[in-house]
Amino acid sequence: MQTVQSDFILVSDRRADASFLIHHYLSFYLRAGCKVCFLGLVQSFSHYSAVGQRLGVSLAQAREKGQLVFLEGLKESFGVLLQDTSQETQPLSYLRSPGAGLEGLFRFVESCVRQSGDGNAGESWGPPVLLIDDLSVLLSLGVSVGAILDFTLYCQATVCSELQGNMVILVRCEEEDADDDEEGSNLLQRGLVHQCNLALHVEGLPTGYCRDIHGQMEVWWRQRGETIYNQRKIFHFKVHDKGASFFARGTSSAVL
Amino acid sequence: MAAPVRGMIGSTSIGNTTSFQKKTRSKLVSIPGTRPSVQNGQLLVSSGVSSLDYVIGGGLAVGTLLLVEEDHYDSYSRMLLKYFLAEGVVCGHELFLASARDHPDDIMQELPSPIVDDVAGMKISEGQSQPSDPENPDTMKIAWRYQNQPKVQTALASSVRFGHYYDVSKTMEPELRQAAKCHSFYQLQETPVVTASSPLPSPYHSLLKSIQTVIRKEGFDGSTPQSKVRNVLRLGLHSLGSVLWGDDVCCKDNPAHCHALTTFLYILRGLLRTSLSVAMVTVPSHLTQNRAVMGRIIRLSDTAIALESFKGSEKETNPLYKDYHGLLHVRQLPRLNCLSCEVPDTKDLAFKLKRKQFTIEVSSHQPLSALSPQHTPNSHPIALRVHSYGTSPNPNEQRGVKTPPRLLTSAVSALKTHSTVDTADQRVGCNENDTD
Repeated sequence: MQTVQSDFILVSDRRADASFLIHHYLSFYLRAGCKVCFLGLVQSFSHYSAVGQRLGVSLAQAREKGQLVFLEGLKESFGVLLQDTSQETQPLSYLRSPGAGLEGLFRFVESCVRQSGDGNAGESWGPPVLLIDDLSVLLSLGVSVGAILDFTLYCQATVCSELQGNMVILVRCEEEDADDDEEGSNLLQRGLVHQCNLALHVEGLPTGYCRDIHGQMEVWWRQRGETIYNQRKIFHFKVHDKGASFFARGTSSAVL
Repeated sequence: MAAPVRGMIGSTSIGNTTSFQKKTRSKLVSIPGTRPSVQNGQLLVSSGVSSLDYVIGGGLAVGTLLLVEEDHYDSYSRMLLKYFLAEGVVCGHELFLASARDHPDDIMQELPSPIVDDVAGMKISEGQSQPSDPENPDTMKIAWRYQNQPKVQTALASSVRFGHYYDVSKTMEPELRQAAKCHSFYQLQETPVVTASSPLPSPYHSLLKSIQTVIRKEGFDGSTPQSKVRNVLRLGLHSLGSVLWGDDVCCKDNPAHCHALTTFLYILRGLLRTSLSVAMVTVPSHLTQNRAVMGRIIRLSDTAIALESFKGSEKETNPLYKDYHGLLHVRQLPRLNCLSCEVPDTKDLAFKLKRKQFTIEVSSHQPLSALSPQHTPNSHPIALRVHSYGTSPNPNEQRGVKTPPRLLTSAVSALKTHSTVDTADQRVGCNENDTD
């Protein structure tokens, strides 16, 4: 992965679980010394911390040092719902008023990524990284696709273009439905593929369930420079306790 | 695997014949009826059905949500809910039951009665364990290792075993049931609260508030100082998403509250993650028109299973499914605190409800019935086919298949060498032609 150029990486899955890639990127960027802003909207901090332990990073330590800013969506969700007054600038304000958009969340991200190196007596971190797990849960909470795409556009402008950082977003899709309504996660995923420059799509095997090969991953890379065509590759993978291994199609150890 | 937990609780009451106590350094809370998971150290509770525990990876992790998609008549999903609550009573956990159709007290009265191994039977009045008294003049001199055994089986008030069996034909005795603390929420008796600013309709909102009040008041989230032994709260929420909860996701194509149930599940999971509780939610998914909503609901829960009962469907007369009451689909298994979860061997599971056991087994799956309609279900050569990943098509292990004896050896021996559908198809097709 090139860290000089800023990347907007979209991780998506359909009827599979691509969260192992988010864990990988989290430990990767923490080890690289970047300032990480993590929006953990679907799992608790201890979950990521336990997996990070196995991958070799300590999230609690990183949080204490200030390298990692973790927004725990689940923990504070009930409190936000019960509040009498809803402030627009609160990061989780979409829980109370999902139609109003994600401006509060964006303000939170902006303040977090701009903070690095500003008056910090400690170490200066690398370029900021924004990780989101996962974005499609906002659709379940009633936020519209347009509002989410606006949010990612703002984040891309700030994190990638302005601050030369990276963004990794996880989106979970459902089965393609012929008469799907407009506000579906497939629409969101298509819009994000248009914005990103590296798309990793994880799916189950088209031939059915297999114990040894957990699925296939499609890599789509938007090339910069002079090459006109965009690359697209498919790998099979298997998730282990400490990571995942990728191999070309048909070369799994179970088959050979 | 259960050894560390035993060491903490104390070996005397379980009848350990050795005086060796394993010193454990684990910081796990010792709550009766729970055990740590083998894979990732999570604290697990039993769902009440031991074969279901095995299918979902050892048990339900504390802090997670189990989603059960109901069968058409809500008979087996209701049975699972009752097993879940009965297990809570037997282990001494606290219960929270919410229902919109039947009164929670009615559901509680139908709980199955637990089966106790001991011949002495399950009498609450007697059965006090003898305390081991070193000054007792009757101390055993020869069989001193058995000194600390209880003389009579202790009452089932708080059992330290993980997973029990229940007798469905009998209901639980009232004394045992009332020993457990149960909070109930009956939707039809709640006064609707006007919540203009909340995205949730009133029934879900008041249910969430009620759950959060119980969690906070009883100290499941660690907020109150622990003066008593820590315990687990079991939440049973019946038929969420149905019309009686004020939700129209199950009856309309474009519901006005299409995000109500998903928001509710999201916030419920937030409450569960921050407390020592586990929830079982049943949803009538067969009523939802929109499959995308079901996909989201499944993703918002941790463990998700679906029950499909054969009653009233064409599969009831299928000879292949003769011994079973329905199919069980595992929609999702959680990956908690680890990258990879336990992947099951096979996904073809069927269940049957017997008087003393709810069993879940690998079913002999017939793939051709959907593909080729010209084969009638009564033709026995087709019914021979056994096709499950990873299981051997041993004729002695076949269940629920009536095979005519003349075709048994030839067709099934062909199946033993070939495990793909196509070749088995041809083989049986050939045999059919030969014998006809």
